Parts: sequence; C-alpha cells; structure tokens
Amino acid sequence: MVEFLSFRDGESTQEPAVTVEAFTGQSNATAVRIEPGEDARELLPHLDRISLVEVNFPGFGDGRGYSAARILREAGYQGELRAVGDVLVDQIVAMRRCGFDSFHPAKALDDAAVDRALTRYADVYQKTIDGRAPIWAKRHPETQNG
Amino acid sequence: MYRYDSYDQSIVDARVEEFRDQTQRRLAGALTEDQFKPLRLMNGLYLQLHAYMLRVAIPYGTLSGTQMRKLGEIAGKYDKGYAHFTTRQNLQYNWIKLADAPDILAELATVEMHAIQTSGNCIRNISSDQYAGVSADEVADPRPWAELLRQWSSFHPEFTYLPRKFKIAVIASDDDRAAMRLHDIGLKLVERDGVVGAEVYAGGGMGRTPMVAPLIRDFVAEDEIISYLEACLRVYNRYGRRDNKYKARIKILVHEIGVEEYKRQVEEEFAHMRTLGLNPPVEELARIRAFFAPPAYETDLSDTIDRSDRAFALWLDRQVAAHKAPGYAIVNISLKPIDGIPGDASAEQMALVADLAESYSFDELRVTHAQNLVLPHVQKADLFAIWQKLVAAGLAEANLDLITDIIACPGLDYCALANARSIPLAQKIAARFADAERQADLGELKLKISGCINACGHHHAGHIGILGVDRRGVENFQLLLGGSGAEDASLGQITGPGFSEDGVVDAIEKVTDIYLAERTDGERFLDTYRRIGMTPFKEAIYG
Repeated sequence: MVEFLSFRDGESTQEPAVTVEAFTGQSNATAVRIEPGEDARELLPHLDRISLVEVNFPGFGDGRGYSAARILREAGYQGELRAVGDVLVDQIVAMRRCGFDSFHPAKALDDAAVDRALTRYADVYQKTIDGRAPIWAKRHPETQNG
Repeated sequence: MYRYDSYDQSIVDARVEEFRDQTQRRLAGALTEDQFKPLRLMNGLYLQLHAYMLRVAIPYGTLSGTQMRKLGEIAGKYDKGYAHFTTRQNLQYNWIKLADAPDILAELATVEMHAIQTSGNCIRNISSDQYAGVSADEVADPRPWAELLRQWSSFHPEFTYLPRKFKIAVIASDDDRAAMRLHDIGLKLVERDGVVGAEVYAGGGMGRTPMVAPLIRDFVAEDEIISYLEACLRVYNRYGRRDNKYKARIKILVHEIGVEEYKRQVEEEFAHMRTLGLNPPVEELARIRAFFAPPAYETDLSDTIDRSDRAFALWLDRQVAAHKAPGYAIVNISLKPIDGIPGDASAEQMALVADLAESYSFDELRVTHAQNLVLPHVQKADLFAIWQKLVAAGLAEANLDLITDIIACPGLDYCALANARSIPLAQKIAARFADAERQADLGELKLKISGCINACGHHHAGHIGILGVDRRGVENFQLLLGGSGAEDASLGQITGPGFSEDGVVDAIEKVTDIYLAERTDGERFLDTYRRIGMTPFKEAIYG
C-alpha cells in the first residue's frame, strides 16, 4: 500500500504547511495549505518563496482543488504541489493532469491499482499544463494551436 | 456522421476495461457500495427502485443504423426487450444486472458508443438539434461543434467534480428544437462578417429553480470556443455553491452574483485562458466537419407525393418536415402511441428503425429531446413505403407536437427520486385526447410531465406542464401553463392547488376548452395563453 506518492525528482518538502491566512500574514513560511473555497490566486505574488503547496480534499467530490492546482501551474509555480485528504486512486490521473506531483491520501492506496490507473489511458483530449500532447495535436502535427 | 479514429476508440476501450475492473472489485466485495457509487455514477449506472439503470450516451442525438441495431440487441439480451429514449437524446436500460454492465459497455464500444459521463457532477452528453444538417435555416451544422465539445469534455481533468451536473446544447437555427436556453450553457451558432461563431448563453435549467439562460457573450469564434468554455467552467467550479445540492447548478451562481458579474469574471478568466494554447487548431474542427458533409443526395427527384391514402396523408402532414435538399424529406417517428410509454421502444422496433435508416436515410438517425426518432434524409418517393412499415410496427402515430406527443420522465414506476407516477398519467391524458381530429384541432400543444421537482420531464417548459408531488403520502399533480423550451423560451406558471390523477386530466380538458373558445385565427394554445393570461383558465379550472 502507498501512503505517500511523489512524482518529483529528489526529496519532498517536510516543512508543515500553514494556512493561506497565516502564510500571507507572515514572511518566513515556505509551505502553505489551501482549503476548498480559498483563492489560490492569493498565493501568486509569493510563488518564488513557496516550496510546497498542499491542496486539501476533505471529500473527493469537492473539485475546487483541481482548479487551484491548474491556476498555480499556469502561473508558473514550479514547487511541489501535493493533494492531501480524500484522494482516491480513481482521481490520481486527473490530479496529475492538473499539476499535482505528490499525493498524501488519508487512506493508503493500492500500488497495483495506482499503476493500472496511471497507464490505462494512453492519450488525452485536452491540453493542460502537464505537457502531454493532446490528441488533436497528434492528429495535426504540422499545425500550431491557437 | 462522425467515426472514431484509433485515439477515440482506444479511450472508449480503456474505459470499458476500467469499469470492468471496478465492477469486479465491487462484486468481489473489495469495494463497498459507498465506494463504488461515485465510480458507477461516472459511467451512467444508477441504482433505481427495482434494478440498475444504465444510461447510454447518444452524442448530439445522432446515430447510425448499426448503432441503433446494437442498442436494440442489448435491450433484448440484457434488458426486458425494450429501452427508453430520454429528454437529453440518450437511451436508458431500466433492468440491468450489475454483473452484465461491463459486457454491455464492451458491446457498445464495438459500435463506437459509450456511457461516459452520462451521470455524475461532470459535463454531460452534448445535445443538439435533431434537424441539424438538414434544415434550410441553419447557419452551419452544429454537430461538428458538439463533437469537438464531446472530446474536450471527455475525462476533463479539472471539471469532473463540479458542484453539480453540467449540460451543454449547441444549435444553429433560429428555431430552437433543443431547449437550448434551458441548459447550463447553450451555444447558438451565428455568422458575423462571413465567420461562424457562437452566441453563448449561461445559467439556464429546470429542476426546482427553473431559469431561462441569459446571453453572456454575443460571439466566440471557433478557434477560441474551448478556452472560453474553460473560463465559464472554471468560474463555476470555483464559485458555484457546494453547500446545498439544490443550489449547486450554475444557474444559481449566475442568479446570485448577477449576469454582469458572472460575465466579468468569465471575461477575466478568458483573458488568461486564451494565452494558454488550449484551443485545437481550426484544422481539427475542419477534420470533424468533413464527417458531417451532406450525403450524396440524388438530383432531379420529384417532389410529388401520392396523397390518395387518407391515413398516409394525415401522417405525412403531421410527421414529415421540410428538408433542405429537393426531393427529400425529414421523417419524424413518434414514440408516443396512445396506449404506450412515452419514449419507449422495443428491441424489434429499434431493429426496424435501424433497417429503415440503412435502406432509406443514408444510414442515419436522430433522437429528439421530445423523445421521438427522426429519419433525416428520406426521398419523398419512399415515404409511402416507410409509412407502411411504421404502421406494421406500431410506430406510425401522427401526433408530432400535439397534445398526445407527451414528454414524460420514467417517474415512480422506475425512478428512486420520483414522488409520483408519470407514465400512467401520460397514458390517461393520451387516451382522453386520442381522437385524431380533436388533437389536430387543438394544434401544437406541448404537454410535459415530471414525476418530481427535478423536472426531467421538462414540465416548466410545457405549454401545459404537470408536476407530480407527494402530498401526505398521496400522489398529487400540479398544473402549469405557458412554458416553452423553444426559441420563445418561457417558464410555466402554476395554476393553483394540485389535483388527483383523474382530476388533472379533467383540468387539462377545461384548459383546452378555454383555448378553443378564446383563440383567434392561427393562434396556438401558447399564443392564446400569452394574450389572455392565466385568469380565464383558472376560473374554468377552479371556478
């Protein structure tokens, strides 16, 4: 069983994450935790000093964290982006596509199931910030997208 | 029609295997029902009152004879020999065994069909105009756009756990046959300076808080539609309410923050999104569009039709619509026989319709949001032969848009959410108004029944709408007048206290009597209602 999953090179950040409010109010924290309903864009002025953003999923059905992740990556955030809480094997692929590169699920995941999930779909229809070429780009290798 | 390439096929095949794996884990006890529920719901599998219900996507309501034949075969092999066409142009099997579901999906995949995102809080099947590609008044065929959106929305990583389900419709005619403005997002293709783009409407819907979607942008070009929709969805995903599932649809967000504020937020997000290269190149839409090129219509065909058979002539006048190509016609096949279940078709009927599509309609069929079927390209010379075959199969009812062409949800006979039975009521109403001359005299009269407030039967949009409620353990039916899902979209108003099942049939008769007494030349029921208002109807019902 997997209790922690990382797709980053090297060590993961061990520093405990502080709340967005605490983070924006103090200068020295480098790890911050976003709850559903908090605006990831509040962190954008501070991205250069952040090494870890945790995005909490209290329940898997609350998908706000997917937008938070993409917003951070679209803004150029390069640090660790960790999904925590009710993270299930069936959500890992979508989370990876939105920019999450580490996972700390409340309940450990089955290794084999994670492997199957990650390799099941060879191709994707959408362009996101994960760098994968969408199917439309493969269909039209000669064109530049808009 | 669109055909899968190896990319499309491999995604659908992978989904079958994923669902097989999930189902086996459930059947082996490795997943609890609570854990399995969100997984099956992403794939259109509901646990209903008596059995599992599987909803199959029919993208924008277009399918081939081969696909229809397969749907019929599945109904015979895995269900009780029939299936139900829905108001979102999909198909539902009502008596499915969980262990069979993966095999059914595998069979669907062999004909390029699936059940992906036919439930769950995600972007659902894209709906469209059943006359797309064959009506003379459209700006462009809306289906290439719908297919582009089907692909974009399939397994969208950011928008799979939205606050609530999300329904998109695309049309391209001034006549709205898809209830476009009652969708979470509606696109209407328009032409500007020779360029086709979309008007975008957002925040429509039915349910317990019905809303007609306002216009939020008057033009989005084809090479920016994906980034614009991503902006619309992102604002909704971030700020749509999640504290109350009855207030979670985008219509509530748009209503609460106001259209202008929603537009402002979307424009701000769009300004960002359009820099990210999210849009497929125009060559991709062109690639898809090529699949929807008009079939090879024959030329120099006669437009003359022998009307000497009176029953055929009645059917012709009611069920057949004008086609853009000379010598051709659009045939509407009623799934509303007087004693039938609205939207149901038997396996044998589906096989026959598949044959008709292959023999007479360039192998193409459509499903309408009013739960009927369409043969979109029929030579006028073939109409009589088609009609005879439909008569033999019990599919020749001539009631398109008449009072017995009832939209009804499955209701309490099937649905775990329902408060009242829709089907028996639909049958009683149809029986009361069965007389062909009486129906024809009443003219266009769209009657829609929902068995609960979730409004799957579109009662808000009925010229006459009926809502089944539970009143202290007894089924009770509220009556609404004046709704429309068409280009003149409006929401029906409740007449007053509700009725018993028989009482509401009587009340409808009183309402139609007032219409007949008050109408002026050429007025439909809806027109008369709008002119004279609710009061005369109320007096007739309750006075």
